[in-house]
Amino acid sequence: MSEKIVSMQTYAIIFATLVVFTVITYRVSLIDLGVLNFVVALTIAAIKASLVALFFMHARWSPRVTQLVIASSLFWLFILLSLTLADYIARGPNWTHGLRYPANP
Amino acid sequence: MAETNTVIGAHHASFAHQFDDPEQQRQAGALGMWVFLATEVLFFGGLFTAYTIYRLANPEVFAVASNELDLTLGFINTLVLICSSFTMATAVYNAQHGNRKWLIFFLCATVVLGMVFLGIKAVEYAQKFEHHLVPGAHFTIEGTDPNKAQMFFSLYFAMTGLHALHMIIGAGMMIVLIAMAWRNRFSPEYHTPVELGGLYWHFVDIIWIFLFPLLYLLGRSTIGH
Repeated sequence: MSEKIVSMQTYAIIFATLVVFTVITYRVSLIDLGVLNFVVALTIAAIKASLVALFFMHARWSPRVTQLVIASSLFWLFILLSLTLADYIARGPNWTHGLRYPANP
Repeated sequence: MAETNTVIGAHHASFAHQFDDPEQQRQAGALGMWVFLATEVLFFGGLFTAYTIYRLANPEVFAVASNELDLTLGFINTLVLICSSFTMATAVYNAQHGNRKWLIFFLCATVVLGMVFLGIKAVEYAQKFEHHLVPGAHFTIEGTDPNKAQMFFSLYFAMTGLHALHMIIGAGMMIVLIAMAWRNRFSPEYHTPVELGGLYWHFVDIIWIFLFPLLYLLGRSTIGH
């Protein structure tokens, strides 16, 4: 297996898609969709990040072991986020009381 | 085998003898870079986790505080970074084809776009100081609990600051790559440093792709200016 050479045409399409998604995420944030604003913003960010990783970073054509490292980095991030959140939320309705803040300005 | 290696080694000074062939060496280099980037994901992950906890606890405060950020500059900076990722990908493409001139050109373009990003970031930071939005004794904010709003700005400066530090390191790497390309160190057979520098640069772009919506786009529709 030799190094994958991605065509300039593919790079240009990915670049244009990233710009379009950036404009969409900006415009949508100005429309009130309630909780969906957050969902849309994060979904678009995830799509953009995937496009950069898969095409610009050649993850799509990387050896399996490299793809395993990428997947495991996301898995560990998932552990970090989910177990920390599970801890806080399991403290009950007053879970925010233990949070610390900077001193009064 | 040793004989084959000597022959290949004679042609490519950059080929290390512990590898079977240059392709294996290239893949090992890329794998090492990805392992490093996995540690970076968790490095930033700690900040993203802190952000998530405090935002869940104070959704309204974060929405008001986020509206103090300059949306236009944040939006422009997002586009600047995407452009720099494109020029970086193009630099790798030219390295693969042995176009030394265009490789140097696109590496320079990437550095310039990186500097534009940092320049805009500096303008934003200066605005925060002028508007008394830097956490500390002079912090003031209207319409919300300043004590909790400080937390948003602490996270803002920590996350964008760490990101900016990565940009500075990335720009330094680009300058080293430009110097190496200038000395004709790369060829279609060997350009792993360009590829690995590209991986790092794109990773820093991905971090910003998440920072932009998380920091700039909260409550824009309901609060607005």
